[in-house]
Amino acid sequence: MSTNDKILHIEQLTVSFDGFRALDELTLHVEPGELRCIIGPNGAGKTTMMDVITGKTRPVSGSAKFCQRLNLLSMSEPEIAQAGIGRKFQKPTVFENLTVIENLELALAGKKSFLRTLFARLTAAQERKIDDVLEIIGLAEHREALASSLSHGQKQWLEIGMLLMQEPRLLLVDEPVAGMTPQEIERTARLLESLAGEHSVLVVEHDMDFVRSIARRVTVLHEGRVLVEGDMDQVQNDPRVQDVYLGV
Amino acid sequence: MTGHTSWINLRKDLGGKWLLAMLAVVVVVVPILNQAVPASSSLHLGPYGLTIIGKYLCYAMLAMSMDLIWGYCGLMSLGHAAFFALGGYAMGMYLMREIGPRGVYGNPILPDFMVFLNWKKLPWFWYGFNHFGFALFMMALVPALLGLAFGLFAFRSRVSGVYFAIITQALTYALMLAFFRNNTGFGGNNGFTDFKDILGFDLHSDRVHVVLLVITAVALAASYLACKVIVESRAGRVMRAIRDAENRTRFLGYPVESFKLWVFVFAAIIAGIAGGLYVPQVGIINPSEFSPMNSIEVVIWVAVGGRGTLYGAVVGAVLVNYAQTYFTSSLPEVWLYALGMLFVLVTIFLPRGIIGLMPERIGTKGRISLPSQNNTEVQKNEYERQDTPYRTVDS
Amino acid sequence: MSKFLLRVPLWIVVLLVCVGSSGPLCAQSSSDANFLEKLGELRNATYADKAKIVDDLGKSGHPNVQTVLTAWLQDRLYFRNNDQKVFLVKSAAQGDSSALEVIDPVTLKSAGSVPIDNLTEIGINNHLRRILETTLAGFQLSSPDASVRLDAVREVEKSLDDVNVALLRERMTVEKNSKVKREIAMGLALATLNDGSDPKALLKAIATLRGSLNTDVRNRLQDLLEQSPDGTYAEPDAQVRAAAAAAVATINRWRSFYSVIETSLFGLSQGSVLVLIAIGLAITFGVMGVINMAHGELMMLGAYTTYVVQLAMPRHIESSILVAIPASFVVAGLAGVLIERTVIRVLYGRPLETLLATFGVSLILQQLVRSIFSALNRSVETPNWMSGTLQVNDALSITYNRLYTMIFTVIVFVALLAVLKFTRMGLEIRAVAQNRSMAQAMGIRSEWVDALTFGLGSGIAGMAGVALSQLTNVGPNLGQSYIIDSFLVVVFGGVGNLWGTMIGGMSMGIVDEILEPFAGAVLAKIFVLVALILFIQRRPRGLFPQAGRVAEEQQL
Repeated sequence: MSTNDKILHIEQLTVSFDGFRALDELTLHVEPGELRCIIGPNGAGKTTMMDVITGKTRPVSGSAKFCQRLNLLSMSEPEIAQAGIGRKFQKPTVFENLTVIENLELALAGKKSFLRTLFARLTAAQERKIDDVLEIIGLAEHREALASSLSHGQKQWLEIGMLLMQEPRLLLVDEPVAGMTPQEIERTARLLESLAGEHSVLVVEHDMDFVRSIARRVTVLHEGRVLVEGDMDQVQNDPRVQDVYLGV
Repeated sequence: MTGHTSWINLRKDLGGKWLLAMLAVVVVVVPILNQAVPASSSLHLGPYGLTIIGKYLCYAMLAMSMDLIWGYCGLMSLGHAAFFALGGYAMGMYLMREIGPRGVYGNPILPDFMVFLNWKKLPWFWYGFNHFGFALFMMALVPALLGLAFGLFAFRSRVSGVYFAIITQALTYALMLAFFRNNTGFGGNNGFTDFKDILGFDLHSDRVHVVLLVITAVALAASYLACKVIVESRAGRVMRAIRDAENRTRFLGYPVESFKLWVFVFAAIIAGIAGGLYVPQVGIINPSEFSPMNSIEVVIWVAVGGRGTLYGAVVGAVLVNYAQTYFTSSLPEVWLYALGMLFVLVTIFLPRGIIGLMPERIGTKGRISLPSQNNTEVQKNEYERQDTPYRTVDS
Repeated sequence: MSKFLLRVPLWIVVLLVCVGSSGPLCAQSSSDANFLEKLGELRNATYADKAKIVDDLGKSGHPNVQTVLTAWLQDRLYFRNNDQKVFLVKSAAQGDSSALEVIDPVTLKSAGSVPIDNLTEIGINNHLRRILETTLAGFQLSSPDASVRLDAVREVEKSLDDVNVALLRERMTVEKNSKVKREIAMGLALATLNDGSDPKALLKAIATLRGSLNTDVRNRLQDLLEQSPDGTYAEPDAQVRAAAAAAVATINRWRSFYSVIETSLFGLSQGSVLVLIAIGLAITFGVMGVINMAHGELMMLGAYTTYVVQLAMPRHIESSILVAIPASFVVAGLAGVLIERTVIRVLYGRPLETLLATFGVSLILQQLVRSIFSALNRSVETPNWMSGTLQVNDALSITYNRLYTMIFTVIVFVALLAVLKFTRMGLEIRAVAQNRSMAQAMGIRSEWVDALTFGLGSGIAGMAGVALSQLTNVGPNLGQSYIIDSFLVVVFGGVGNLWGTMIGGMSMGIVDEILEPFAGAVLAKIFVLVALILFIQRRPRGLFPQAGRVAEEQQL
């Protein structure tokens, strides 16, 4: 199999915690510009997989390559972020004590050492970029508001906005619609769809309706390995999936 | 709007303006009250008053550097006074050499305590301290190096929160024990005292004290502006981001450890300078300056004043120390009760300190957001951070 | 010499007890009369006569002979000028005392006070002293108590003249106790070394002596190896010299072996103090995540409780400690519950805030103690059963207070583990620590559990205070000097892990004890602190971190 066109190339990853195998020889490939949904019951290894990709957890064995050449397993968390992988966490974690615009400013791609940031000024291009993102995530009116004053859904979008500021090539999005109102979910779906193409997006989600509404390709994880991979209909009709997801 | 138009935006910083104005008043009024007002007048500021004010200003500087690392970067050090003491010792070493042959034993090179210990020759680490400039340099360099070495290890291993507090406390405790030893070469128990003069000027004259006081006030103003530049910059926003959600900041690609290290070292330097200014004014430095109690008190000054504002730390340092001066002279047995209650009440009822009681517009409103605005949330993050797995799987 | 001084009081105690119990029973008037008559002869006797009298007295079998001779040896034997009667005095004459309390030599009861100028001391010279010592040793050698006999043999070994050697030989024939027998054999072997020139006898003696641990014995053997400037050896026979050298090496090896054991024991005892002061903290910090800076002051409360208990029962110092242990637990525990309910409750989940607030509490407690008991140190008495030294052999001894501290620590530790493991309360504590909301859902009143947990940790601190009252000064600053150590022990061992606290504390104690001889106490302490700082920086979660996914998931 050629790896040339893959943006993310995970091969035989195994992670174990005290003997418990969170990932069990997991293999997964993601194409550039793809919007991929990962589903699976609790404990299937979804979050652990993201942890490995972002450098937070180290696997026992296996390999993880980004853009065909970068070995994610030997890079630190900031290095991975700098290389173009952005992650959105399950709980919205924006900087509550900073304003919306400050949150976006911190997420700007670029040099991030202490001295650089000490003397950094926003260029016109950067200000434009911030304005663009504010438009995309629909928070233009709240630019000077403290992040702590935003609603739950708004915080989620702000966080996606922060990801976009990083100009990542791969976006990891962990349960983006948990706790959202139907309108917010709808809006989030459109937001993610608009991101795919320019970026590769990897979404972990429990909400099946949401997954159906956005996904072109779905991977089902179970007990640390890939159970099924295919489009939504294929996956939903697979007896093994029904077995794992009783009733869904 | 986001501070990218000018380095320091004092226009909106009402508290900062007040602070600088007050320091200007000190610089103008103190010399007048001491030199121009006759000693017979009740308005005359005597040597005692000069020393007290000078001491407060030095403590204020120390508190401000503490606020920089704790209030903005979330690093609660329980050993911050160690940097103050090191700066003080550097200055003290110069002042000891400056005594020259006027000591009790009349040895032109060796300070009295070395003669007393029967030392024949000046230890190598005392070389150069007969030069004022060298002492000034060491006053900043030694705290900086200690901060660098300590921070490098601590931050790289992701020691934070409570653990950081505990090992910084152990650090200052170890230093205290070391400086208490006669053999360490810094005067043991008694430390340094009986200074004669500085750069040839008599340290017992009011005039010299007035000059020292003015220098301290200017240094405090300068450190305020320097700290302000940092916290108003993007780096300052990163610091607050680290304080509130360290891991999140890391995932944004910021080298969190190096930010902490820079800020920690910078704060150590300010603390060292404050210590160096303190010693000639109070006329003594001894190992008790390293005592863990001192460092905890610095934390409480900042908490009382209100963290995350810089000038709040100044207010806290001055108020608490004024209270201490007042109580220990008039009601000594009440002082520890009062200080103890202050610790308890401020942490429970005044998480934003005295500055938090002020109407919003005096604070800088959003520019420097108070960590307590979302107190439980923020602290919870801090708490969780303590459980951060420090790369347990590292092979 | 110092050993001798130490031993004298022991003799007297033993003697007085023997005599006191048997005296009245065998108060036969006829032998009493003889006894008094003999004593009376001492008045005008020459030194040569006195030696004879001592000999006679020794053979008389009167139960008070030992007491009287011991008193004489200590310059406490006098006769009254006006009636020429012989008396013992309670304590030898001091420069300024004008009268002495006298004791009747037969009844051994006080016979009132006599002005000093009405008393004449019965003289003694060095030769007589030796005779007295030997006679007394002979008595002790036949004492029914094996430990007295053992001490006597050791004493005799210090001056091995012909008489003493004869005594030992005589005793050897009847001695049953193997330990005493061994010691006598040593003594005889030493005697052989002194005057033996027969290589065979010497070799045999050396073979016996190589089992000893005594430095005196080793030095005597070493003497044989001495080479004078002209190249001749103190011992001409090369075979004997080789045996002596081997024996010296053996003794040295065993001594260093025991010194390693002793260092480890001292380290363990120092470590057990550390464990004791840290274990309460391991509960409040490890289980509850509360940084209690007043922990040291809770120990101080325990120490002061011990002091108050002793004030309340001044006649029962021996048992006061046993009363103080539960009392301190209750006092410190209640104080802990009070602190938890008033201060900590408001600050859960904000450890750095609890740190500041409890530091305030610690200042208040210190000042409170100062207001009530003054700022001066209070003296807490050590019961007899806790003072003194357990002498295992010539090379190994440990003081009883160290020993009891170790035992106490183990008891507290085991009891705590048992409480956590086997009681309902322990189950609830663990449940709340692991998952508060789940525990609440199961109907556990987590508020109560918090208060109880904190009370438990504080109570243990109080009990540690009882131990500290025996080891250090009891004053308002007692707590401050231990707080940093106890935090370091907990962090070093791994927060939330009681076994980690145990092992961490013990290893810190041992390292400290190993470093001390080279570096001195303060420098050793600094080394340990620096090493710990470096260690925590390398492994921030301690020796035994809580690992696994639960800990990981708390990150964000």
